[in-house]
Amino acid sequence: MQHSDTGLAVETRELVKVFGDNRAVDGVDLAVPTGSIYGVLGPNGAGKSTVINMLATLLRPDGGTATVFGHDVQHEAQIVRQLIGLTGQSATLDEKLSAIENLVIFARLLGLGRSEARRKAAELLDEFGLAEAGKRTLEKFSGGMRRRLDLAASLIAQPPLVFLDEPTTGLDPRTRIQMWTTIRRLVSSGSTILLTTQYLDEADQLADRIAVIDHGRVAAEGTPEELKAKVGVATLHLRLAADKDTSEAVRIVQEVLKVKALASEPTLITAPMADPERVTDLLIALRGVDIRLAGVSTQEPTLDEVFLTLTGNPKQAEEGSAE
Amino acid sequence: MTTADIVPGAARELRNHTSLRQTLRNSLTMAYRGLLKVRRTPEQLFDVTLQPILFTLMFTYIFGGAIAGNVTNYLPLIIPGILVQTVITASLVTGVQLREDMDKGVFDRFKSLPIARIAPLAGALLADTVRYAIATTLTFAMGYVLGYRPGAGIGGVSAGGLLVIVFAWCISWIFAFFGVIARSASSVQGISLIILFPLTFLSNAFVPVDTLPGWLRTFVSLNPVSHVVTAIRQLANQGSVGRDFWLSILGAVVVVAIFAPLTVRAYMRNA
Repeated sequence: MQHSDTGLAVETRELVKVFGDNRAVDGVDLAVPTGSIYGVLGPNGAGKSTVINMLATLLRPDGGTATVFGHDVQHEAQIVRQLIGLTGQSATLDEKLSAIENLVIFARLLGLGRSEARRKAAELLDEFGLAEAGKRTLEKFSGGMRRRLDLAASLIAQPPLVFLDEPTTGLDPRTRIQMWTTIRRLVSSGSTILLTTQYLDEADQLADRIAVIDHGRVAAEGTPEELKAKVGVATLHLRLAADKDTSEAVRIVQEVLKVKALASEPTLITAPMADPERVTDLLIALRGVDIRLAGVSTQEPTLDEVFLTLTGNPKQAEEGSAE
Repeated sequence: MTTADIVPGAARELRNHTSLRQTLRNSLTMAYRGLLKVRRTPEQLFDVTLQPILFTLMFTYIFGGAIAGNVTNYLPLIIPGILVQTVITASLVTGVQLREDMDKGVFDRFKSLPIARIAPLAGALLADTVRYAIATTLTFAMGYVLGYRPGAGIGGVSAGGLLVIVFAWCISWIFAFFGVIARSASSVQGISLIILFPLTFLSNAFVPVDTLPGWLRTFVSLNPVSHVVTAIRQLANQGSVGRDFWLSILGAVVVVAIFAPLTVRAYMRNA
């Protein structure tokens, strides 16, 4: 057996999936380094889930290639399945069965013996804070508990690559942060994680690299910092001590920074900060005319701005059919 | 974290195909899952408990006098007939439940696991043999209450029961196929009934074949259901294994040979 040892957990080239006349995935190139968290960010219907489903061997690509640790997802599907864990967008467990029964069945399917499967199930329930609910059927589980159990189920075989399709969609803020902690722990133990999300802050918080997907194409790729740098510059906020100085201050800012400044509130001036060096000059100039400041801060561009700039549309603009 | 010792992808020993042993193991685990579900939702067993009682009473008293002169003479003929009809009807429900099950998302996870592709289907079908066993037991018990005393005793009856269960498992692949390709549970039911009625009524289950017109007689004698009915009559009433026994086994094997691969293929494509 051949391994193309590229150090990549996932590599896709010109990946295409067509549903009818909708090109849900339209030539996607991804390279996910082993041991990282890779975020696929995009609005509903951008093709995120379709990409995941092809990588997880649930859907057959209509064009291009995709490999998982060097194994082709089409021709070596059964091998790929031994290397991945999948936590889908909707619950993929048996509602009628208890948490333990669900985990035991998956463990047995993955080749664990009877007692080994029970032990593994108990261990995972413990780890995910579900030990007390183990005997309850899933019908009585909350959304957050289900998600955690769902994730637990995909970790039974300790797969080196885990797909998380919108792992926190619909969760309350507290459960969401719990989920993030779990995901980070997972990577520190050696897993590679490919996660999709619609939430910019989630990608920003978790991912080492991000691919922004829109209309089935990669609109941009890079580290969160690189992506933010792409949209441009940080913003300087000056808070004045007294509003009588405002118009004079705006004039000085424009003169020193050579940009257009804005008094968005009576005592707050904002201006794009292309060159941080000039801020020193600005502060000295303000001191020279005795304008007193109450505060100075800078604001990095948010991924929200990145998103808007890159995709050219607000993130909830369209309805998805491919998700 | 207990997952601390994750073996890297490149260092794992991997195979791209599943062995026969693994296929069996996976199917049995899936069957275990099916049984757990039956235990959680016993109302799923309504059809296999009520139908044998109702049908045995109805058919015996409606047709008994007309076909065999009286009820007692009709019982050795009708009980195996009703048995086969009831159990095959129960196997139709297998297809409907498979569709409902597949709509719930857990099947997506099955597809992403390194298990035998056929296991989720074979397991579901295997678990349903429990339903067939219940229907079989109740039909024979009902016959006994009405006065049926099979000549071959408990041994012949058990052999007949076993035959119909195996036969129904094979036939259930037809309904499983519709279960996989149909869009909804109710359409599975619709299509399956069109198969079920000719299969069970155009047989020798309820009436002697020699009362039928020639063209129909040809179909009836080719219908594997007729052979299994005759085989069970011979097993239960005379304790003998004849040509019909082997023909019904052959028919069942042919059905599996055609529909199992078709079903698995359709399952891999849709679901």
